[in-house]
Amino acid sequence: MLDDSLYARRVSPLDGAAKPASLPGGVTVRQLKPEARFSLRVKAGAPADAAGFALDQKINSIVVRGGRWSARLGPDEWLIGGPEADAQLIAEEVEATLRDRPHSLVSVSHRNVSLEISGANAAIALNAGCPLDLSDAAFPAGSATRTLLGKCEIVLIRAGAEPSYRVEVWRSFSTYAHGFLVEAAFGLQNAA
Amino acid sequence: MLLIDCPCCGLRPETEFRCGGQAHVARPEKPVDVGDQDWSEYLFVRANPRGVHAERWIHQHGCGRWFNALRDTVSDRFVETYPMGGKPKSTTTEARA
Repeated sequence: MLDDSLYARRVSPLDGAAKPASLPGGVTVRQLKPEARFSLRVKAGAPADAAGFALDQKINSIVVRGGRWSARLGPDEWLIGGPEADAQLIAEEVEATLRDRPHSLVSVSHRNVSLEISGANAAIALNAGCPLDLSDAAFPAGSATRTLLGKCEIVLIRAGAEPSYRVEVWRSFSTYAHGFLVEAAFGLQNAA
Repeated sequence: MLLIDCPCCGLRPETEFRCGGQAHVARPEKPVDVGDQDWSEYLFVRANPRGVHAERWIHQHGCGRWFNALRDTVSDRFVETYPMGGKPKSTTTEARA
């Protein structure tokens, strides 16, 4: 695999725009630190591990373990993330366990930007543009799915029980998504 | 909002989906043996019923999978969804609810 650690320089498209700030309604929107992320496509079949995660996890769920996470977005699609320093390691581990199966592992670390929206009203703010039912029953802790936010596609992740959501968005859409969430939080103030 | 039952993801909002037209349109095995009339009908002529219609749908902004659905074109009600290559449980001539 291409060794991108030698030349990759992370420049956030949100620098300057995404200062962590407390917004109305007790909602906080902030940009998360750069991480390594991989899109793994492999036909579901015999049980196997990829970077320490069993491939047979439920569709639309996320498993977090030791700083790494794996979200299954479809029957044959996983989004695997971890610390930026682990990028090469994760890729090598996946290659080692899936060597005998046709698969594709693409580094999307630089394509994605992670936002986090948290606070008791975070789900209400997200619902300004995300049509999913985000109640505890429909979208419990450990959920992760691709969906829409306004006019852009996102991967929405809820790792824990607290009302904190991670929004994975393509970097060219990130200023739109960030602005959308901030605007939605201001809408909470008017509604209250 | 209308909810569509994706075979992979369960009930999801309709804005995540795209329709791909009529389902179960089989391509002729040997196009060279098919006359112009039949070929053009295969390409362009669709059922367009007033009632239950078998359609292909894709969960574009979700799992990204194609599936089939029976939808009532009058009420926009989804009768059922079923995986690609499968057969519906109900028939398209079923009395409309």
